[in-house]
Amino acid sequence: MLELILFYMASTIALVSTILALTRANATHALIYLILSLLAVAVIFYLIGAPFAAALEVVIYAGAIMVLFIFVIMMLNLGEKGDRREKQLLKPKVWIVPEILALIIKFELVLDLSQSTPATTQGLVTSKQVGLTLFGPYVLAVEIASMLLLAGLVGAYHLGRRYLEEGREK
Amino acid sequence: MDGVNIPLDHVLLLSALLFICGLLGLMMRRNIIFILVSLEVMLNSSAVAFVAAGARWGQADGQIVFMMILAVAAAEVAVGLGLVLQIQRRFKSLDMDDANRMQG
Repeated sequence: MLELILFYMASTIALVSTILALTRANATHALIYLILSLLAVAVIFYLIGAPFAAALEVVIYAGAIMVLFIFVIMMLNLGEKGDRREKQLLKPKVWIVPEILALIIKFELVLDLSQSTPATTQGLVTSKQVGLTLFGPYVLAVEIASMLLLAGLVGAYHLGRRYLEEGREK
Repeated sequence: MDGVNIPLDHVLLLSALLFICGLLGLMMRRNIIFILVSLEVMLNSSAVAFVAAGARWGQADGQIVFMMILAVAAAEVAVGLGLVLQIQRRFKSLDMDDANRMQG
């Protein structure tokens, strides 16, 4: 029963923070809400018995991909306006809502882990199973993913260079 | 899967709602950063559907597809943010409507 309640709480947080993320005027605020939504989805993964996917969601989505977004927003160099925005970001009214929602997610995780039998022990897909499947029947998918990431790397390097704006003769 | 478990249709409903949020965001926002964020939300919602279906039958396949989606999202964001930088340099703005002309 507990896991159902936790699931509905986490999915409400995921939906609310996604809607808030997509309606913000400020990109940095939107990213905070998006990270929150990804963390809530990670809790949902954990509750439906996919702890490995939950860990990947936190590490890669909420970690690496969001850091990329933040780096680019920093590189866009908003100047004076950006400084004012940074000051505004430190005011409590900006971070208090995400903070409360994040605390609820953390509370859920702690509550579930503190049970003698965590809600997620039934129907669990372990990371060992995932690894065996990944490098067994799906080994071609790993190759395709590596090609895709290489193509993404080359494309991002090419697009990120400065000479594109300075004319093609350089 | 026995005992009390989270019903699959509710997880799929959540995934559909998240996808709709992302789609609406994609159609309504004009800031290119928010368009990329909406794409992320949509990819993530489809990943929720895959993982839920995989977990429902206790198979690892759903999580394999989730990892593929992660790779796609990472590559897409890297290229998309490179385009954001170029658009910002050329048009001095992040509005998509400033960049809707094909002039080579």
